[in-house]
Amino acid sequence: MAEPLLEVRDLRVHFPTDDGIVKAVDGISFSVAPGETLGVVGESGSGKSVSFLTVMGLISSKVAQTTGEVIFQGQDLLKLPADEMRSVRGAKISMIFQDPMTSLHPYYKVGAQISEAIRAHEKVSKKEAHDQAVEMLRKVGIPRPDERANQYPHEFSGGMRQRAMIAMALSLNPDLLIADEPTTALDVTVQAQILDLIDRLKTEFNAAVVMITHDLGVVAEHCDHIQVMYAGKVVEAGVRRDIYYGSHHPYTWGLLRSIARMDQDRSDRLVPILGLPPSLINVPPGCAFNPRCPYAFDRCRTDVPELIPADGHHASACHLLLEDKERIFHEEVLAKS
Amino acid sequence: MSVETAPVPAPSAGESRTPLIRLRGIKKYFPITRGILIQKKVGNVHAVDGVDLEVYPGETVGLVGETGCGKSTLARVIMRLYDATEGTIEFDGQDVTKLKGKDLRALRRDMQMIFQDPFASLNPRKTVGAIIGDPFRLHRTVPKEKVKGEVQDLMRLVGLNPEHYNRYPHEFSGGQRQRIGVARSLALRPKLIVCDEPVSALDVSIQAQVINLLEDLQEEFNLTYLFIAHDLSVVKHVSDRVAVMYLGKVVEIADGDTLYKDPKHPYTGALLSAVPIPDPDLAGQKRRIILEGDVPSPIDPPSGCRFHPRCYRAQFPKCSEEQPELRPMHPGQLAACHFPLEDRAIVQEVSTESS
Repeated sequence: MAEPLLEVRDLRVHFPTDDGIVKAVDGISFSVAPGETLGVVGESGSGKSVSFLTVMGLISSKVAQTTGEVIFQGQDLLKLPADEMRSVRGAKISMIFQDPMTSLHPYYKVGAQISEAIRAHEKVSKKEAHDQAVEMLRKVGIPRPDERANQYPHEFSGGMRQRAMIAMALSLNPDLLIADEPTTALDVTVQAQILDLIDRLKTEFNAAVVMITHDLGVVAEHCDHIQVMYAGKVVEAGVRRDIYYGSHHPYTWGLLRSIARMDQDRSDRLVPILGLPPSLINVPPGCAFNPRCPYAFDRCRTDVPELIPADGHHASACHLLLEDKERIFHEEVLAKS
Repeated sequence: MSVETAPVPAPSAGESRTPLIRLRGIKKYFPITRGILIQKKVGNVHAVDGVDLEVYPGETVGLVGETGCGKSTLARVIMRLYDATEGTIEFDGQDVTKLKGKDLRALRRDMQMIFQDPFASLNPRKTVGAIIGDPFRLHRTVPKEKVKGEVQDLMRLVGLNPEHYNRYPHEFSGGQRQRIGVARSLALRPKLIVCDEPVSALDVSIQAQVINLLEDLQEEFNLTYLFIAHDLSVVKHVSDRVAVMYLGKVVEIADGDTLYKDPKHPYTGALLSAVPIPDPDLAGQKRRIILEGDVPSPIDPPSGCRFHPRCYRAQFPKCSEEQPELRPMHPGQLAACHFPLEDRAIVQEVSTESS
């Protein structure tokens, strides 16, 4: 296997508050290889966004206690001084956010916002930066990019704004693109366009992509590896087939079963995950998922399960025996879908 | 209370029954004005542009379409929150298009709404008890001293802890807030509940909880739902019949299974093919119809069939000149298209069958 582009080791991000310490990310390790797409799946508050904001250096050390290592191209980003981090952020790692409505500045023209990003990292004239911005808008499929560059964000539709955000994120040819729920705010037709666009540009720019989402449907077609997060930890990780056709974690089963599917009969009731995600201040002892897990037994309430690889690429953090996991998955999850 | 108590009607056999809601030629235009002191009308946003729709008692009608297709506007017209520019609304056989004052208030008891954003639709300065109890106080259906008990019953019904009566909305998660919205809408025992994207702001696992809750309540109180969403999988799951809207018009309407197996309108086909399937093999097999461009402006909608500039089956000049009317395709299925899709044209491409 090639040298990973990004390797995160035992990352913890804790926010001290008046009520206690919020363990938003609590010891996660993973890596992203060059050119691959990693899907990160989890509910609100599972720590998926915080982990990647930390990778981007966007979580201030004033509010959070961060430990662990974030090795990107051989450098530990957590130890990097702020000014050096600034040259990495945007140029080598860039990010697209969920809400295209609020992540562009309403006072500035779209082209100016993209060329500003270019000029922050490269010594080019305003004119050259503007031309590059127009070229990027063309690449992301915005018609009449030269006119569009001189318009304001409110003149763009939601899908167009997300395209503009992608143009901005890719304008410096980053090695890693982090997409945080890039399509959640968009219609299905636009969602399909944007996901295809990210796929196409990934090949064109030879970038690795991290796709953060709460919807397992979205990542089914577009990710090589998937990791499922719950309460600040990675509970299951594997290649795409491991997750969809042989998942080893009850939380992933719950996610798969709670999705309304077009190929389901109407009479099939959805099987939601019972209860609510835990407070990250008082995470339940043992496995954090045990209060919501229909298969939990005594050990789950006392021992924290480790993320243990079942084979080379598929790992899960669950105390159930492997044969039980496989049996339950096939009888209760696959058979129903 | 309700005229009919029979469960879900067969959509085609339902013609003899009185629909709970009957819309005839509903139009809603929003004027665009220019000028500061003297405002001149310079155009109209054709948000809803001629919709006929019936909703029968006890059924769930899904309304799908992209942002800006007019589905929320239509819902607000039905709720009488907007006045229709043209057309008539019948509720339970009575023309309610022009109801005012006391009569309108009485009507509001029978129709309630659940909103999309559980964060914005609850007053942050009121306790949950006050929010759910407001309908009782406004309509005086329950004596004051009994309101608290009623509210707590409702909270129990939707799966909230009645002891949380005095808490504020910010103390609840998104899914729980949506339950508060559901409890509030049930307070007056309405006949119709309009659900405007009730689950799209929620996590998938919580979506399933709220959907199941809505289904249980429908059975228990014989509710009629108009269910608006842009997520077709969710709509398929909850709806007896589904209406697809594009630029202010209903372009296709059919019972759920027919619509998903045999869509006739190319727009429906494209929508269906864009839905992500949580199954990599199936997802890899299906061929997607990617629609180019965005929905055109409803200020100046395209001539002829409104979908023709983005349609992959359009034939000119017919599609750009003649506006297609809704016409019967399969029993209970209507579509407005000059060149409808062949039977099962999409199902092979989308391959929604795993067996």
